[in-house]
Amino acid sequence: MTGLTTSELIIDIPGRPSGQPLNLCVEPGQVWGVLGPNGVGKTTLLHTLAGLHQPRAGQVLLDEQPVTGMKRKQLARHLGLVFQDRQDGFPATVLETALIGRHPWMLPWQMESRADLELAEQALEALDVIHLRDRLVHTLSGGERQRVAIATLMTQAPGLWLLDEPTNHLDLHHQVATMGLLTGQAAAGNVVFMCLHDLNLAARWCDHLLLLYPGGEACWGPAQSMLVPAALEQLYGQKLVTVEADGAPVFVPAR
Amino acid sequence: MPLSSTLRPLLVLALISIVAMVISVSIGSSAMELGQTLAVLTGGGTELQQTLILDLRLPRTLSAFATGGLLAVAGALMQVLLRNPLADPYVLGLSGGAAVGALLAMLAGVAGFVVSGSAFAGAMLATLLVFGLAHGTGSWTPSRLLLTGVVMASGWGALITLILAMTPASRLPGMLYWLMGDLSHAGTPGPALIILVLVCLLVFPLGRSLNVLARGPMQAAALGVSVRPLEWLIYLLASILTATAVTMAGSVGFVGLVVPHMLRLVLGNDQRLILPACALAGGGLLVLADALARVVIAPEQLPVGVITALVGVPTFLYLLYRSR
Repeated sequence: MTGLTTSELIIDIPGRPSGQPLNLCVEPGQVWGVLGPNGVGKTTLLHTLAGLHQPRAGQVLLDEQPVTGMKRKQLARHLGLVFQDRQDGFPATVLETALIGRHPWMLPWQMESRADLELAEQALEALDVIHLRDRLVHTLSGGERQRVAIATLMTQAPGLWLLDEPTNHLDLHHQVATMGLLTGQAAAGNVVFMCLHDLNLAARWCDHLLLLYPGGEACWGPAQSMLVPAALEQLYGQKLVTVEADGAPVFVPAR
Repeated sequence: MPLSSTLRPLLVLALISIVAMVISVSIGSSAMELGQTLAVLTGGGTELQQTLILDLRLPRTLSAFATGGLLAVAGALMQVLLRNPLADPYVLGLSGGAAVGALLAMLAGVAGFVVSGSAFAGAMLATLLVFGLAHGTGSWTPSRLLLTGVVMASGWGALITLILAMTPASRLPGMLYWLMGDLSHAGTPGPALIILVLVCLLVFPLGRSLNVLARGPMQAAALGVSVRPLEWLIYLLASILTATAVTMAGSVGFVGLVVPHMLRLVLGNDQRLILPACALAGGGLLVLADALARVVIAPEQLPVGVITALVGVPTFLYLLYRSR
């Protein structure tokens, strides 16, 4: 199983002071949520962890190996990423879209096998989009496309799941179903590391949190110790009212 | 996708291409019956028929096939590279550079091989210019590449007009035929056919990477594609294909734009299927267009580019009108 660590990592956001370096240690079985206001660098952090963006300083290590030195194909077998925006390029069906998740596992001249097809179909089933398998992706609703993107990551089957706002566009039921699926993946020994906008989803489903503050400060640790109203109020610059419901804290913005 | 569903459409297209070639060698200012054509192709027939078909029509037909195939594959590659379904092999000013090269050679009064060599040099120069300028100080985005190419193309267009304006009237027809695409001076088809086959063999294993690249460079990188080297390779291949085609037949329009489009509508977007299908369909289409060009106003010949444009413009507008 694969863990992810960062050593003295400073993400590179143009025109912003470096702030506090990140020394994260993300282990298999953990569900991490990244919280912070708009523009604080959540997406840049995910891209940096995936080796798609050069850090300003420090390193991202996958099993002690720096990701920037790894071959992309090798990296893609360990680490996958659901992007916040997607480019459709040419029309493709839902099934074809999920199947590209097999790309890092196949040799150049190989065609998708029966087993690859089954993996993709299982993923579409798990995300409740199997009934759309022959539809063209660009004709789907935002929430359906989001689920297809997560199904593509599931078909890729990496040990490390990075997700940028996985609940974007999802209705309430599918938000809960998706978070359940992701925590299930973590329970099976994978790492789930995601940016979230919804404080309450994070409080409900994540066991570890990373708070990124606008000034470049950051703090991270187990969710219970991070979910301090005063810290969260400072994070968003918004007064909060905390209530207890269904065994978990719920944060409501104060008027 | 299983291999069989890839092979079936390719077999159908190959068959259509062969039929097109047989038709093409049979018709012309002295038409021949199918039986006679087949007899000649298998080694029979009179000496006159042998010369007519094997020395005149067959090389020209094969040249047409190679040109069409090269242009269609180049178009399909460019469309993936620029992630823009409206890209074609000429959109980056390649044909403009080639045309300026060829016309300058013609203006200097040379002919034959020098014109071809000059066209090839012009195409490669245009490629390097666009590539270098679009690369600029770092970022190399499809929109920047496209804009650089389009602006360069209009620059080449101005040079072409300038050359035409300075040319004595007696030399103009040859130049105009070249500009519209003309297969009557195509020369031997061998090298172009070899390049076409080699590139098809090379891009087939790249097909899946191209499928992933079509979804954007970030997604492709996240799925294990080394994006930058792949983009360079496609750009280089598309340039060589286009330069070879332009060198043989001048600037034949619309094949590179329309053929990949039509195939995508019918066969979907798997590049592993689309690229070889483009080679076959583009080749077949140009063979038929050239056959038409030879007979419509026989014994005079039309430049084949006129036929492809006359067919291509309405087809393309129809596709654009239908697309959402």
